[in-house]
Amino acid sequence: MKLFRKIFLGAAVFGLMASADASAAANKLVLDGSTTVGPIAKAFAAHFTKTTGVPVTVSESGSGNGAKSLINKTCDIADMSRPMKDNEVAAARSKGVTPVEHVVALDGLAIIVHPSNRVNSLSRAQIRGIYMGRYTNWSQVGGPNAPIVIIQRESNSGTQDSFKELVMGKDNPISKRAETQASNGAIKSRVASTPNAVGFVGLGFVDNSIKALLVDGVDPDARTVKNGTYPLHRALFMYTNGQPSGVVKQFIDLPKTPEGKRIISETGFVNYY
Amino acid sequence: MQASSLQNCNVMNGDGNATEGRSSAFVVSARKRKLQQITRTAGESTLFLIAAFVAVIVLFIFYFVARDAVPFFEIRGFREFFTDTRWYPADEPPVFGALSIIYGSLMVTVGSALIAIPMGVAAAICLSDVLPFSVRQYVKPVIEMLAAIPSVAFGFFALVIFAPMLQNHGGSILMWSWWIMATPLILLMIVVGAELVSSRIEDDRRRKVAQRVLLVVMGALALLILILVGFRLRSIEIMTGTNALNVSIILSFMALPTIVSVAEDALQAVGRDLREGSYALGATRAETIIKTILPAASSGILAGVILGIMRALGETMVVWMASGNSAHIPEPWYNYLDSVRTLTATIAGDMGEADQVTGSARFHVLFAMGLLLLVISFVSNFISERIVVRQRKILSGQ
Repeated sequence: MKLFRKIFLGAAVFGLMASADASAAANKLVLDGSTTVGPIAKAFAAHFTKTTGVPVTVSESGSGNGAKSLINKTCDIADMSRPMKDNEVAAARSKGVTPVEHVVALDGLAIIVHPSNRVNSLSRAQIRGIYMGRYTNWSQVGGPNAPIVIIQRESNSGTQDSFKELVMGKDNPISKRAETQASNGAIKSRVASTPNAVGFVGLGFVDNSIKALLVDGVDPDARTVKNGTYPLHRALFMYTNGQPSGVVKQFIDLPKTPEGKRIISETGFVNYY
Repeated sequence: MQASSLQNCNVMNGDGNATEGRSSAFVVSARKRKLQQITRTAGESTLFLIAAFVAVIVLFIFYFVARDAVPFFEIRGFREFFTDTRWYPADEPPVFGALSIIYGSLMVTVGSALIAIPMGVAAAICLSDVLPFSVRQYVKPVIEMLAAIPSVAFGFFALVIFAPMLQNHGGSILMWSWWIMATPLILLMIVVGAELVSSRIEDDRRRKVAQRVLLVVMGALALLILILVGFRLRSIEIMTGTNALNVSIILSFMALPTIVSVAEDALQAVGRDLREGSYALGATRAETIIKTILPAASSGILAGVILGIMRALGETMVVWMASGNSAHIPEPWYNYLDSVRTLTATIAGDMGEADQVTGSARFHVLFAMGLLLLVISFVSNFISERIVVRQRKILSGQ
């Protein structure tokens, strides 16, 4: 009997915890969404907890999931690497949520290959041709005679949406042969270990294990992204339910502070403010 | 059991108290009997409730999956889902062709079954009839430990270690595994073949000579085949390591403990009497295993095999991480070195975006896939059940 009571009590406590509205707890912040914004959000979270003592939870489940969490009120801030779509805004409205957009940082979409690949530069048309499956061999775009392994993100990725918008255009579907990976990190590690692969990641993920290509002859770096000469650039967002106040506002305003700017450049992204 | 021991207790009590002239030794007091009855009813109904609950859970899962799957077929019909190979759920307009994904699921399941079944059954035979008890005692738990490794660990291994290995040394890995697997098989075939062909020759001396010649000729031929195929395999360059072969191998490792464990139990259940009867008739150990024990244990082995295959079909994490997830039918269709996408990985990967609010066909198509998986496992479970029943009938001589 004692055991039963314990189990019952445990279940009741668990149920209470689960049903408690995340945003209702004032002394806690929950972030969910883009794996691209994730590194910034996590660095912000560490800094925020250290300076204010407010615990911050950051989940990385993709921009689509972030929007969904905000709509379902299971997070305070949705990290997104693309603007909210019209149908998401409509869904939010119907549930009594007013999404408000805040730009966190700027990001370039780096086209990455294995460091041993001879190719250094591609035009946007060439990238489109590769991802449509028109070019299947590196020799067709000035590389060695080897088949191209295309790697893309899954469909709930904001980076995937940005790539489609910035490179593919509306009527050009990505080849069926394209492999799908679940995160920026997974794409990077696949490209780093596959000599014939090509993929795309946020600028913050570029390091020595892979090679970022020049796109239309422009090097992807902080300067070219900020002044807009690098063609594959985009803004990264955080969305809140209504105008932020209290700790949420404090967190959202971090990119405007010197410390926030330092964190953004350290994680490899570009300051917007 | 409980009741009878209680009664025994009473008998003893009754005997002891007989002189005091109380109730008969074999009659339990009315109060006690009533208590027994209540306890029994309560126990039985609790067990029944639990069993019913499990059955109801299965029905509920079926109901809820089907309820969300039906709208998809209402919106898009059956044709596109089962015949189109284009999977573009996020495009405008979307295309929900799942044929290539269904094919990918079947491909990795068949691939893992091809590896896991022979290995698993052979290992079970070895455990039950070849190894001495003292060794088996330690080996079986080690094999079963494979089942305790979380699938994400398998997936991580497949993605980070095995995939690059296949890309860098794919050809030599294929060559060596061909040699390791094919050599003993071919040797066995040669020996048995030579024996069979030469057994027709009546003359003793001539038979021995023929046997030797045959052995040499076939041996040379086999060596040639082994080497030629080996070098042909080594020249293959694996373009991408996250492919159907990678996943099939990892899935077969995951299915192995189930197959080995269940099949070994079935072989053990055959019992000493059948084995000893077979030996008494003059059969060798090989003959006993192949002709007596395997048929007798076949239904149990089949149950293990089906369980193992179901594990491979339903596995999600490993395929999501290591199959490459490209929704296309490989060219040619048997090309295991190409990446594929499976039903389970698609459900896991696309669930994030697919909400009721962001396009309903996209949400319901995942349930259609779940329903398809459920139906496949129900059908195969049903078929295996039928086979087991029939096998039992044959064995019991009906």
